[in-house]
Amino acid sequence: MAKKLEKVDVVVVGSGWAGGVVSAEVAKAGYKVVTLERGKPVDRQDYIGVKDELRYTDRYEMMQNLAPETITSRNTLEEEALPVRTRNEMMAGTDLGGGSVHWAGATYRWRPIDFQFRTKTVERYGEKKIPEGMISRDWGITYEEMDPYYDKWEKTAGISGEEDPLGEKRSNPWPNPPMKESPAVKLFKETTKKMGYHPYQVASANLSQSYTNPDGETIAQCMFCSFCTQYGCDFGAKSDPLVTVIPTAVKTGNCEIRTHSLVRRVLHENGKATGVMYVDLRTGLEYIQPADVVVLGAFSFTNNRLLLLSKIGKPYDPVKRTGVIGRNFNGQFNITFLGARGFFEDKKFNLFMGAGALGGALSDFAGDNFDHSDVDFINGGGIEIRQYGHGPIATNKVPRGTKQWGPEFKDKSLHYTNRSLVVWYTPAVMSWWHNYTSLDPTYTDEFGDPLLRITNKYTDHDKAMAKFGIEKCTEIMEKMGADIVDPDEIPEEFDHIYDGGHYAGGVSMGEDPATSAVNNYLQLWDMENLFVVGGSAFPQFGGHHPTATIGALSYRASEGIIKYLKEPKLLTQPKKAAAKA
Amino acid sequence: MAETQDPKKPGSNMSRRNFLKNTGLVAGGLIGGGLFGGLITNQMKKPANNGKKPAATANHDMDARTFFSRTDDFETLSAATERLYPEDKNGPGAIALSVPYFIDRQLAGDWGSNAHEYMKGPFPQNQESAYYENQSKDQNKQGPNADVQTPTPTPRYQTRMNRGEIFREGVKTLQDVANTKHKKKFAELEGEQMDAILTDFEEGKIRMNGIDSIAFFNLLLQTTVEGAYADPVYGGNRDMAGWKMKEYPGPRMGYLGQIEDEEFAVMKQESLRDYQDMWG
Repeated sequence: MAKKLEKVDVVVVGSGWAGGVVSAEVAKAGYKVVTLERGKPVDRQDYIGVKDELRYTDRYEMMQNLAPETITSRNTLEEEALPVRTRNEMMAGTDLGGGSVHWAGATYRWRPIDFQFRTKTVERYGEKKIPEGMISRDWGITYEEMDPYYDKWEKTAGISGEEDPLGEKRSNPWPNPPMKESPAVKLFKETTKKMGYHPYQVASANLSQSYTNPDGETIAQCMFCSFCTQYGCDFGAKSDPLVTVIPTAVKTGNCEIRTHSLVRRVLHENGKATGVMYVDLRTGLEYIQPADVVVLGAFSFTNNRLLLLSKIGKPYDPVKRTGVIGRNFNGQFNITFLGARGFFEDKKFNLFMGAGALGGALSDFAGDNFDHSDVDFINGGGIEIRQYGHGPIATNKVPRGTKQWGPEFKDKSLHYTNRSLVVWYTPAVMSWWHNYTSLDPTYTDEFGDPLLRITNKYTDHDKAMAKFGIEKCTEIMEKMGADIVDPDEIPEEFDHIYDGGHYAGGVSMGEDPATSAVNNYLQLWDMENLFVVGGSAFPQFGGHHPTATIGALSYRASEGIIKYLKEPKLLTQPKKAAAKA
Repeated sequence: MAETQDPKKPGSNMSRRNFLKNTGLVAGGLIGGGLFGGLITNQMKKPANNGKKPAATANHDMDARTFFSRTDDFETLSAATERLYPEDKNGPGAIALSVPYFIDRQLAGDWGSNAHEYMKGPFPQNQESAYYENQSKDQNKQGPNADVQTPTPTPRYQTRMNRGEIFREGVKTLQDVANTKHKKKFAELEGEQMDAILTDFEEGKIRMNGIDSIAFFNLLLQTTVEGAYADPVYGGNRDMAGWKMKEYPGPRMGYLGQIEDEEFAVMKQESLRDYQDMWG
């Protein structure tokens, strides 16, 4: 029998950027908040002195334990989904701060065409440009309306960046100057500039200088130590919730964070959420936390699954094409981040040095920055070079055709350790009627609840975009002077590997409740005191890394939650969307 | 007796006679006679280095098997890793780097028993699950952050066996194939013969129970590379010789002052322990 606890104003599920920002903002506004995190409590001390590639990169120390719960995955509606069983195939963060602690720090704003996909595409290319079956659409918010929320999150995180010459108008510059340039990044920038492109330094949450944010939290300067992606920062020099919004929330005195607390259901009565039911994973005891407002600010998979398990909103049925929960699933998988790898004979780079977001980029082929009349796809993506700071286990790349073991492999992998660079394309991913989330009919978690099932397959559109990106990257790598250039190959089909954390949608935002789950404050159309915050709100995936957009949406949602607490009502009125989407 | 020993070298002042006495084998009257006694004597006289195992060094207390109980299995594993990562002009191979002991320890731990993996059934026994194909691409898997991932293929994991069990089954199958083809132990084969068998595994031509031979081969290759380059605390990368060959310095505070340098930085190797000691 679950124990009922004292009611609070707001209960927040999850403590990454989404749950963390909401917790801080609502607590700062004077409301009582309880934040529930299923993982353990951690802070910077947990990440000091743990620069261990095997433990973190190869054994996924910071990722969710899959023994009690994972997802299942299939390509088409006809197949039986199989569980994604190992952490090598399924990367999702856990512990306080969630996946926002192990992130690399690459920061981009998304573009007008991302937010007004349908309007802008039809405006410039006509209705026919959107292929049958694509359900990408407008978000119900414009880039101009997103700008102040981006700005707010960038200041919280102290992002260190250089202006993108092809970027949209910003109300303020990046809060900190860009990171230093390594020779590999310099080579990329100089080469692409000569080619007529517009390169810039990747904006970074690895800070170029020590910085105190508007909430009074201090973030240290990045040391380029290389242990960044998939690690917590030794130095408190990577912006994550542990050095920003979590301490901000706690010091208000209004926010209590409960770790080891796994939320299993959102409770509701007469169309209103009444709170959540959670389990203390140390004792197995169940609790009910009542609240006026419930916020799901967990990873996109958890947000989707909790709504489906709690029977909130109408689940998407791909055959009838009705319902919204699970619709518009999207993400960047093995058909993205393709490009070309170059091997250099006369150059040697210090590739063991680096930082998660150290890199160069160009936006000449991003969004609608180029004419799509003669290509068979819409939207685009960034082209990037990154210098993460490579570990010795990861850097065993050899030219294609080389045997993957034995004397030739050993010799060549050693030779090319510091002589191999990659340039890749980070394309947008459109939504399709056949890609969605639902509950699995067979596989269950440790409590007997169904796992979340992903149905995802690639389309000709995805392949056309990948091909375009590979060609552009190959040309750049050749001009950079690589002696051997290996263009990536386009996969036939999605390989069920959830690597990199860029999986989104399913509780998507929009203007029409017939096709979207939440409005542009991330308030659920069908339950107005429930807000679902995070990447789960993306109707489709933009052509750059997603974190800044999740941060910005979290500030937008916080504003909505505070409005709602003052005056409980639906914050935007539904509109009937135009035709197809 | 334990107090009198150098903790870094257990057994250093322990004679063979003492060892046998302490294990009770002398009292049992087995020494010097009978099959069991002969076996013990032979192994004691010809310890460690028969070319298939890492030579005993000051660190040899780290080099004991805690997963593979059969010497034959371990010698097969050792020989296979050395073919994948051989000694050459660059430096030591898998055996001298102590890779087999690294693998043994990995399999004895929670990774080997799939402690953090979803291992609930059903495990459908169809073509796709029991003999799943290697779905990886030529070079390595892609996707966000792929550049920091291990460059070995990752097929979809759908077997009820954990990694330790896959290794046991795989090593046994290596031995069976060697025996069937050449009437010899795997570790006694010529290099080319071992390579031919390993290639058959890599290409999925060997039938194994419950799993495709590609999956075992990939695990073997992944762990061999890991054992050559993981921090020495895990038992491989002996004396950081893997890092020396790779010109990898080990974990450092940072490279703030060097990140812009055009020159390649040659640095002395430091371990995770050295790094942690700096924090005090």
